[in-house]
Amino acid sequence: MAFLFFLIIMAVILISAAIYAVIQKDLLYAVLATGIISLILSVFFYLLQAPDVAITEAAIGIALTTIIFIITIRNTSRNEDEYTEDHINKFDRK
Amino acid sequence: MKRYIVFLFLAILGLTLSQTFQEIPFGKDRRGNLENPDRVAAFYLKEAPSSLQTANSITAIVVNFRGFDTLGEVTVLFLAATGLASILYRKEEEEDKEERIVLRSSSLLRTGAKILFPLILLLGIYVFVHGHLTPGGGFQGGAIIATGFLLMLITYKRFTTNHNIMVWLESLAGLAFVAIGLYGLFRYGSFLQNTRSVGTLNDLISGGFIPLIYIFIGIKVSTELTNILDILLKIKPRKARKG
Repeated sequence: MAFLFFLIIMAVILISAAIYAVIQKDLLYAVLATGIISLILSVFFYLLQAPDVAITEAAIGIALTTIIFIITIRNTSRNEDEYTEDHINKFDRK
Repeated sequence: MKRYIVFLFLAILGLTLSQTFQEIPFGKDRRGNLENPDRVAAFYLKEAPSSLQTANSITAIVVNFRGFDTLGEVTVLFLAATGLASILYRKEEEEDKEERIVLRSSSLLRTGAKILFPLILLLGIYVFVHGHLTPGGGFQGGAIIATGFLLMLITYKRFTTNHNIMVWLESLAGLAFVAIGLYGLFRYGSFLQNTRSVGTLNDLISGGFIPLIYIFIGIKVSTELTNILDILLKIKPRKARKG
């Protein structure tokens, strides 16, 4: 029973982190939310008897993808709105 | 208008997925007859321990029964790394080293990274050397090793990887994979054919060419991912705009 409760809480956190990642305008927090999704997903893969996939998800989903997105944010723009406004301004000038 | 189209596509996707999942009987035994296999899943589960002597049947499928697909997968990763490098690679200048990390890391992070780095490398090597016995394999082990290098690259300013050694290791590992495939072609008549002497189940050296191929895949994936991270980290951060 306690295990089922734990699973339900994990699933709720997973879905809410996914929704948060979509609606958050600050891209750094959105990327961290996708990292949380990967973390919970790897636990689920392990519980569903797919340890191979769980290791892959843990290494690539949590560490590498998150870091690559953070490097990209460092080199471009952190705020979603700022970027689009920038683009509109660029097109206006031309 | 755009938003409604997105919702329409999402609804179609959800309907398709729900119909697909209804067809799958979850929680039931779907392997079929293991003694006289009538499906491909039962065949794999029967053949992997008996004729290939491989404890991890997933590895047997990925490297042996579907070895050509794995070669394609490695090629896709290689092409992705090459494309990224051809777009972003720049020759190293003196000022670049200073640009990679703007602030000095805290002593806690530096000490922790120094302790963890060899352990992460050891875990990665263990995962790909034992790919035919325990869960994991070349791709997983290579990704773990790449995270270890990532930890060092973002912690220390002076830590650099030797680009030439990385490229040579990657190329030689890829060539070795193809060479094993060609050996199978000329010796036994089909590409990536495994040897006949496969050892005994649960030994470290068992499964014929499977551990050898996974070691090469591990080296290749780890060097490729490390190279990608190294190239990405060398990009100069965009200067902060005013306002």
